[in-house]
This record gives sequence, structure tokens and C-alpha cells, in this order.
Amino acid sequence: MSFSKYLRALFALLAAGVIAFGVAACGDDEDDSGSEESSSSSTAIESNPDNEGVEVTIGSKNFDEQFILGEIYAQALEAAGYTVKTDLNLGSEVVAKKALESGEIDAYPEYTSTTLTSLYGVAPEEVPGDAQEAADLANDELSADGLVAFAPTPFTSANGVGILTETAEAEGLETISDLEGVSEDLTLYGTTECEERIDCLLGLEQNYGLKFGDFKSVDPELRYDVLDNGDADLSILFTTDGQLYKDPETYTILEDDQSLLPSGNVIVTASQEAADAAGPDFQETIETVQEQLDLEVMQELNARVSLDREDPADVAADYLQQAGYVE
Amino acid sequence: MNFFLAAEESLADKLAGDSSDQCIQDNGAFCFNWIAENFSDRYVTPTLEHLYLVGISVILGFVLAMGMAVLSHRRRWLVPPFIGFTGILYTIPSVAFFFLLSPITGRGVDTALIALTAYNIQIIYRNIVVGLNNVPVGPKDAGRGMGMTGPQLLWKVEFPLAVPEIVAGLRIATVSTVAIATLADLAGGGGLGSQIITGSNITFKTNILVVTVLAVGMAVIFDVIFLLAQRRLTRWQTAGESTGKSSRRFEAAMARSRAA
Amino acid sequence: MSGLALGFLGSFGDAFEFIFQGQQSPLARGEVGGPDRVWDFLVTHVALSAAAMALALAIALPLGIYLGHRGRGELFAVAAGNAGRALPELVLIALFVAFIGTGFDNVTLALMILAVPPILTNTFVGIKQVDRTAVEAARGMGMSERAIALRIELPLAAPTIMTGVRTSAINVIATAAIAPLASVDTLGRFILAPNVYGDAGVIAGAILVALLALTVELCLAGLQSALTPKGVKLQRQALETA
Repeated sequence: MSFSKYLRALFALLAAGVIAFGVAACGDDEDDSGSEESSSSSTAIESNPDNEGVEVTIGSKNFDEQFILGEIYAQALEAAGYTVKTDLNLGSEVVAKKALESGEIDAYPEYTSTTLTSLYGVAPEEVPGDAQEAADLANDELSADGLVAFAPTPFTSANGVGILTETAEAEGLETISDLEGVSEDLTLYGTTECEERIDCLLGLEQNYGLKFGDFKSVDPELRYDVLDNGDADLSILFTTDGQLYKDPETYTILEDDQSLLPSGNVIVTASQEAADAAGPDFQETIETVQEQLDLEVMQELNARVSLDREDPADVAADYLQQAGYVE
Repeated sequence: MNFFLAAEESLADKLAGDSSDQCIQDNGAFCFNWIAENFSDRYVTPTLEHLYLVGISVILGFVLAMGMAVLSHRRRWLVPPFIGFTGILYTIPSVAFFFLLSPITGRGVDTALIALTAYNIQIIYRNIVVGLNNVPVGPKDAGRGMGMTGPQLLWKVEFPLAVPEIVAGLRIATVSTVAIATLADLAGGGGLGSQIITGSNITFKTNILVVTVLAVGMAVIFDVIFLLAQRRLTRWQTAGESTGKSSRRFEAAMARSRAA
Repeated sequence: MSGLALGFLGSFGDAFEFIFQGQQSPLARGEVGGPDRVWDFLVTHVALSAAAMALALAIALPLGIYLGHRGRGELFAVAAGNAGRALPELVLIALFVAFIGTGFDNVTLALMILAVPPILTNTFVGIKQVDRTAVEAARGMGMSERAIALRIELPLAAPTIMTGVRTSAINVIATAAIAPLASVDTLGRFILAPNVYGDAGVIAGAILVALLALTVELCLAGLQSALTPKGVKLQRQALETA
């Protein structure tokens, strides 16, 4: 083939690729989550004058992923014309739920698994694997408290038993069950709550029947450091961590072969009152803007905040822009 | 640059951050680029919150301590209970204090302010009392001789002469409050501590150093301002016998003897 | 108003139940709290504080006595006191977590650093402020410098030194309450993990820490009184009623 013919073919393919990409980007978003009110396109959010003067407060729990999510929802609602206040860094789910019930905040991003196991005592093996089912079950429980959960995000997050890849390979460890017989010699690091959580140490002890040589509580922000410096043989990590995305050769999560560490999609949880008062745009905006939050995207956003030390608000703004929700 | 890949770039790829700051990637301690870029976003508001917490609580503590001092000046029997009560407030660790208050005042700036003020009162009150005690008899007699009434004596003679000691107390109280206010965020009160305890911050070396410099720097600046004020005013004070338990008062006495 | 008061008392009631019996965790799983847990954390808290104080005394007392007796290094001793006051506890813990490491030993070191300045400054000042005539008299009698320092100056400086020790002890106990941030589980853990221990746990933790601090303060104040030579006490009483 001559060079010019080659170039023409190249350009044709390129044009086809661009058109295909454009169609895919502007077409209907196919969610596995089956959101109830999926908007038909990811075009920019329009500011609705009805929302002017309506004040909403968005809260979040106290770790990076939550800050990013809180900012995404807050900025999206602002674009929709609401007056938005943020109260990020509330603490863990018990504090957040209380803030919701007391009216201190109007909504915050929660996980289906956390809602069910932590707030309502559902056993982890009973948490539905399907995101929409889990969200529906959560909604049933929440409605008794005057709360409501919106559609789940595409991405899901779970606690994971993390280990250095080289250790896993050396010891031949692939799944959590592989730890049987070995765990008595190992030190596990987790948050202070881990000991009492069924999706953490308590679950590993009760459901997997594992006994660990030692458990040490540590600030969650040190969860990778303790693996790096050798203090921890095992550390509780989160499957959406940026570190796993950026450094897959170094860190591994042992497979949850008995499905006992429930994973949860994010469901923005709001008080029914606040949701009603804020009008239909409230739920719609939130459910629209999360449609492109798949695992890779969330991990990348997490990486930018946790590893590159960027400001969560900046990263959230970038997501909204790149995803086309905001100019 | 591969044209094919550019056409199929995923959203995750488009969002890829600029990981080029090697200093940050290595969690270095002196990442000046990062500081320059992020300082105003991250540290300005907490610093202002911190100044607010310190300023309001010291002023409140001063006002309350003055009130107590005026009350107890003529009623000496009030001094031990006042000292005892404020002493208990002072002894209770601030962390505990914040959460003991929380059932009544909830989380937030107000709780932090109450706790910080309670802590201040003890220091300032003690120093006012000592300062008033150390006023020499001479000026007091002169005042009485001129026909001054009790309150006149207090406000025109005794307090002015007690000023150096009072300023010493304010100095110690302010510096201590700057330090304690770092814990205010545990109670939801904001301040520089928020940049330590939230998110990934406690392991982020550069961040910890910035907060250290800001917090200690603020304390030192206040210390110097008050020290200069104290030195200015010690020319008027004759060195009196310092009674009592606080090392800080000994320090003030030393400052006085140095300046004399 | 009475509603507030009742609510307040209610919270405290819950807290006491937490300490003595244990309560349902808000995580909807099992019981938390109870005397065993409280005891575990209390022991860690006290051990941590005691270790730090012991180390601090071992360093600051001799140094303070030496400098105070010689009358040298005043700037250093006083500046150390000021610096100690200006360094926030949380920042110190954070510096250790970020740069040095977590765990009991590291936190003991951090607390020791916190405890040294007040002891050093007060020892220095106390020794230096001892009435020179007593010292001269002792010298005249042929006592060695060391004997003078230990048998004349130290007892007379004891009240001042004890003040410094008390200040240090309270600071150490207060900072030990945030040691869970560095993986050392003291009483502060009840306060810092509300998800696990609930509101009752948080208040219980606060009560326990406060009581510990007050108890130690009372004991040390008593010790200070016991160590104050009778003559100094009388002198002080005379001055206070002036």
C-alpha cells in the first residue's frame, strides 16, 4: 500500500472511531445498577430557577472517597441552581445518620452494605449481591426511620484483606480461606472499629473462623504504610483504593472466596422531608451525576486525592467537567 | 501519540491526574511546589478559624477572670474556691472537656469556645490575683490619703500596677490556647487541627510540617507580642514576693528582675 | 431548660452503664464497654503516662538541678518551658505518626518530650531561687557542691519542682488520651471511636479521662504538700494572708 493510501485508511478508521466514541458518549448510559430515573444523556446540568433559594446541606463521612463523592454531589446540585452547603467529614455512619435524622444535613453518600450490616444488623451473607436489590432492601429499612436512599452508583466498594503481592506469592495465598492455619502467625492491622465490625475482623473471626496472631488498630490512613514498613502482614484495605489502581504489582487483596465481606454500591441517603422539600431535581441531579462513576473512575479519583494529594473539590470539579455534567 | 487510543480514551484515562510531583509521590517532607499550589485552599480557612477560636476564648476568659478578681478582691474568702474551681477545669484534659460538654452544647465551635475559655480562666485569674496582691503598700496608702474610695483605688491604682502580671497571664494563656485549639476539630470546631485529623492527612509529611509551622509560629508570634508588652510595662512594677504554686509566676518574676 | 438538664443526666447515666456493664454497640453487633475493657485501656493509659514521666524525670531533674545550681543556662531552661507550651499535643503525635512511627515505644518517646519542659524549667527556677544565704552558709560549713544541691537546694525547691511535675503529668495524661491516633489503645479510644462505642462510650471515655487526671492531680498535690518543708509552708501562709 502506498503511504498516502495508508494515511487515508488511517484517517477513515480514526473518523469511525471518533464517531463511535461520540455515539457511545452521548447515547443512553447503560447502567448495571438499573437506576430508576436514569437520565437519557450526560449533557450538562441545567440550572433550574425553581431551585433558587432552596438550601440543601450535603454531608459525608470522613475519608477521601467520601469527600470526593460529597463534593461531586454538592457541586452538581449547585449547577442545578440549589444553594448548597457542605458538612463533609462528619465521622462514621452512626454520626452521619444522626446528623441526617437531626436535620444537620439533608443527604450523604452511604454504602448499601454499610447501611444493611452496620445500621440495621443484617448478616453479611444476607446482603444481596445485586446492587439494586441491596438498595431496595436498604430503602425498606431506612423508610422506617424517615429516610430514603437514591439509586446506587455503578461502582461498588468492599473491605479487603490486603497483603503485599510478594508475600502473597511467597506464601501461596490467594484467597482469605488460604489463611487458615497460617493466620495465627500473622499480624492484622485495621481501624479501631474493625474489631467490632462484621465486615471486618469480627466477620473474619466468626464467619471464616480465622484467628490472628495479633490485631492492631491503626488510623485508616496508615493502611498501606503498615504494609510497606513491615509492621503489618495483613491490612484491611478498600477495593476502590487509588493505591490498588496505581500499584497493582505491590499490593494484592485476597479473594473473598466465601463472599463474607459484603460489598456495597453508594446510595445517597437523604431524609424524606428534605428530599420532598427540595423538589424533583434533587434526586434527579444526584442520580444523573453518578452515572459515570465506575470502578476505574472512582479509583482514579481516589488516587488523585490520596496519592497526588489534590483537593477533593478540585478533583470532583474535574470529574463533573470531563464527564460532561458541568461546563 | 497513538491516534487509535486517543479516540477510545476512557473517562478514567481522561481524569488521570498529574502524578509528576515526585516529591509528593514519595511522601517527602518539603514539597514546596505542592505547598505553593495548595496553601490557600487548605490552610487559610483553618488558620483563620484557629485565630478566631484563640481570640474569642482569651477575651472571654479575660473578662470572666476580671469579674471574678473584682469579686474576690474584697472578699478574700472567695479566692480559694475560685482557684479550686478553675483549677479543676484546667486539670480536665481538653479532649475530655469537649465531649463532657457535648450532651449540652453539641458539636461545633461553641463547645470548643466554652472549653478553651474555661481553660484560660484559671491562668488569667491566678495572675490577676497575684498581680493585685503584689501592689506595694505605698501607692495604696497614697491613694487612700487622697481620699479615693475602694473602687477608685482598685481601678486607678491597683489594677494599673498589676498590669505587668496580668499581661504575663494573658501571654501564657494565649500561647497555651493556641496549642489546645488544635484539638478543637475533634469536637467539630475547626482550626488547624482539622488538617491533621481528616482524610489522609496524618501520614502526609509535608502537610504535617506545614501545620506544625503554622501552629507553633502562631504561638511564638503571640508569645513575642505579649513579651514585648510585658517588658514595656515592667518598668513600672517593683519586684514583689511571688507566693504560690505556678512556675509561670516565677518566670514572670524572673522577667521582672531581668528587666529591672 | 429542664429538658436539657434531664438529657444531660440521661447521657451521663448511659455512660455509667457503659463503664460498669457494657452496652449494645451502635454497629448492631454485640456488646462493647464494660469493666474489663475499661480496665485494659486504663492500664495502657497509666503505663504509657508513667513510662513517659519516669523518662522525663530522669532527664529533666538532674539537668535542672545542675543548671540551677550553677546558675547557668537560664535562657535555655526558660526557653524550653516556653517552647513546651507552644507545641500542641496533637501536632507532636502527628509528627511522630508521620515521621517516626506508631506504637507504644514511639508514643512514650513523644510524651516524654512533652513532659520534659515544665519539669526542667521549674527545677531550674526552683533551685536557682533558693535563698542564697542558706547556700552560702552551707558552703561556709564545708559542704560539697553536690551535697548542697541535693540536701539544701533540692528540698527547698521541692514545691516549685512538684508544680512542674504536676503540670507535666496532666499534660501527659491528656495527650495519652489521643494516643489511639498512633495505635496505642488508651482510654481515649472510647472517645475517638464513636462508631463502635456509641455516644455513651464517648462520654464514658471523657469521664474516665477526666477522673484519671483529677485523681493524679490530687495525689501529686498531696505529695507536694508532704514534700514542702514546714518552714516554707509557714512563710507562704504568712504571705498569702497579706
